[in-house]
Amino acid sequence: MTVTIIDYGAGNVPSVERALQKLGLASERVTQPNELAAVSAIILPGVGHYAAIIRALDQQNLRAPLLDAIARGVPFLGICLGLQALYSGSEEAPALCGLNLFSGSVRSLPTTVKLPHMGWNRLGFQRPSRLLQGLSESDYFYFAHTFAAAIPANEVVACCEHGANFTAVLEHKTIFATQFHPEKSGAAGARLLQNFVSLAA
Amino acid sequence: MTLARRIIPCLDTDGARVVKGVNFAGLRDAGDPAALAARYNVEGADELVVLDIAASRDRQPTFLETIRRVAAELAIPLTAGGGIRSLDDGRAVIRAGADKITVNTAAVKRPELITELSREFGAQAVVLAIDAKFESSSATNLGCVAVANWSELPAVVESQAENPHWDVRIRGGRDSTHLDALDWAKLAVELGAGEILLTSMDRDGTQSGFDIALTNAISTSVSVPVIASGGAKSPQHFAEVFTAGAADAALAASIFHDNTQSIRALKQFLASQQIEVRLPC
Repeated sequence: MTVTIIDYGAGNVPSVERALQKLGLASERVTQPNELAAVSAIILPGVGHYAAIIRALDQQNLRAPLLDAIARGVPFLGICLGLQALYSGSEEAPALCGLNLFSGSVRSLPTTVKLPHMGWNRLGFQRPSRLLQGLSESDYFYFAHTFAAAIPANEVVACCEHGANFTAVLEHKTIFATQFHPEKSGAAGARLLQNFVSLAA
Repeated sequence: MTLARRIIPCLDTDGARVVKGVNFAGLRDAGDPAALAARYNVEGADELVVLDIAASRDRQPTFLETIRRVAAELAIPLTAGGGIRSLDDGRAVIRAGADKITVNTAAVKRPELITELSREFGAQAVVLAIDAKFESSSATNLGCVAVANWSELPAVVESQAENPHWDVRIRGGRDSTHLDALDWAKLAVELGAGEILLTSMDRDGTQSGFDIALTNAISTSVSVPVIASGGAKSPQHFAEVFTAGAADAALAASIFHDNTQSIRALKQFLASQQIEVRLPC
């Protein structure tokens, strides 16, 4: 199976490729809408500014084919901004519309703590999760973000805390997303990527 | 759920090889960067920093190749820098596989560089490196480096520091800027820096411990994480810089390269002191 990575110019695309490669998995980058017609698993990596990912998806005409693929049940993994993009919008770029698969908005973490939330943190498990199989609340994952989604959604399977509780892992049918960077999270991150690919196979 | 304090080995390179020196001078070879990176990746390092300490233009392709080779070994974040003067330089470093960029001299000379990089890659990818040296008396102009764009600097750094302060050094520590490190750190955060890599020139290479006063002064004054650097030898030094120094991360080079301190044992010690660290499995 080949994992399809949406390449909108995000800095972490090569890291995701390398992490998959180390698991012995093939991947391909796509930049064109027609390339999403017959794919078996999609990763949307992201790092940086919310506006960059939303604008790029629209400029590359990837929004509709991506939503189509997700609706068809193609397993999807969003990373960092790739999680935030699933909501209706973000305080970081209020004028832009997100993919709107989950209700709620992405907001800044409180300024009572140091921002960005940068480094290794653990998760609080909320619900049983296929993506987190074999992982535990003692595992650390690498975060690098200032904005985050609040937790009301039923789809949240794990949260994290930095000044406030926020969504760390989303899981709903074949839609998965992490606020942290599994491709930079050592052995624990590799296990999560392996889980995703196994679910997609 | 508490953010773990980070332990960060630093590879100072001449572009291709890891070098080490005392007080920024007297360099000697300390190994292959990719081999060291592979070792630190499995030993439980939380991130890795790779710097090109001489950073001449003609060596840039060599350094980019080093970043590629190092990134290929890592499942942890990589910060790279040395001689980044423009958005294009920063882009080349990110494309080569770095997650974050450090800027130092070029940002002092042209602070807008911080904003340009932050807009393009996000604040979380922009690390301002500050080399600070204590000045007990008021600064003089002797030996002051010529700064081309002084007029463009905001007011907070225009006035020369008069009182005892930590002076910002540039060009590998050779030149004084007469900027107060505290003012520069605050301004850089306003301009878009997402993290500060703070090196004590007084402690670097001495193995006499981190500069606790300097680290605490900067870390408690800015809203972004601070990486303490310079002077680390014993596990107790790391414990001090995380508690009294209020550092979010601590960086060291030679004690890790020489195997005089294993990262695993260091983290076990810190955990025994009730300091939150990511213990390698």
